[in-house]
Amino acid sequence: MNTINSFQFRTDKEKRMIYVEKHFDASGPLVWRTWTEPDLLDKWWAPKPWKARTREMKFEKNGFWHYAMVGPEGECHWAIFNYNSIEPERGFSGSSAFTDEQRSSTDGPVSFWSTVFDSSAGRTRVKIDIAFEELAALETMIGMGFREGFESGLQNLDMLLPGLS
Amino acid sequence: MKRDIFQAIADPARRAMILLIAGGTVTQHALAEHFDMSQQAVAKHIGVLIDSALVKKTRTGREVSYTLEMQKLDELEQWIATFRSIWASRFDQLGELLTELKQENP
Repeated sequence: MNTINSFQFRTDKEKRMIYVEKHFDASGPLVWRTWTEPDLLDKWWAPKPWKARTREMKFEKNGFWHYAMVGPEGECHWAIFNYNSIEPERGFSGSSAFTDEQRSSTDGPVSFWSTVFDSSAGRTRVKIDIAFEELAALETMIGMGFREGFESGLQNLDMLLPGLS
Repeated sequence: MKRDIFQAIADPARRAMILLIAGGTVTQHALAEHFDMSQQAVAKHIGVLIDSALVKKTRTGREVSYTLEMQKLDELEQWIATFRSIWASRFDQLGELLTELKQENP
């Protein structure tokens, strides 16, 4: 059993927080690239069979990552991550929301993220803390088809998941 | 007024009330016996639970009783489970990508 790379996922409903953690057998600089370069993010960010497609990214303080989650039927959910702070190879924070193709509105649910990288001896731990404003935000997300959209994908995913560490 | 489910479960007394209602303690009077607070305070907490749609109130004659809306809790659990699966999938793909990148740039 591969416990050393095991994936941790904890929730604190009272604080409206989700904590995610995972170790990777790769150096800090390499893992950092996969989170901060659009062509690399596009390769892993969307859960199968969805695909992430970056429209525009400005990885800098007060910058943003504007991307689409594209489903197997071509359905498209636009999302944006706004960067509040960046400490190269240490971590970044910001907020995540739904938007549209023109980034003209972000009136959907918002969550606040802090992603921290720690590496030593060629291994890197990634910790993500996600804070939700309120359940109303989650409900909007569900209402916007987030759950349905992903669930159709996740039916296939369920078959893959037992193979994960 | 519709309230947030998180607001409803933020208070320890309300969390205890949810458990008691789930366990079958269904009248306001019976609930109040478990808490060192006035009937009025208990009624106020129950009001928050009702407003968040976690608890449903039913009246049979003069007796008021409460039941848990399991569907509401299930929705939250289901959402969290979905979110967890998304992360599991992402990390699986990220792990594969990192393996590829390491081979390209040894």
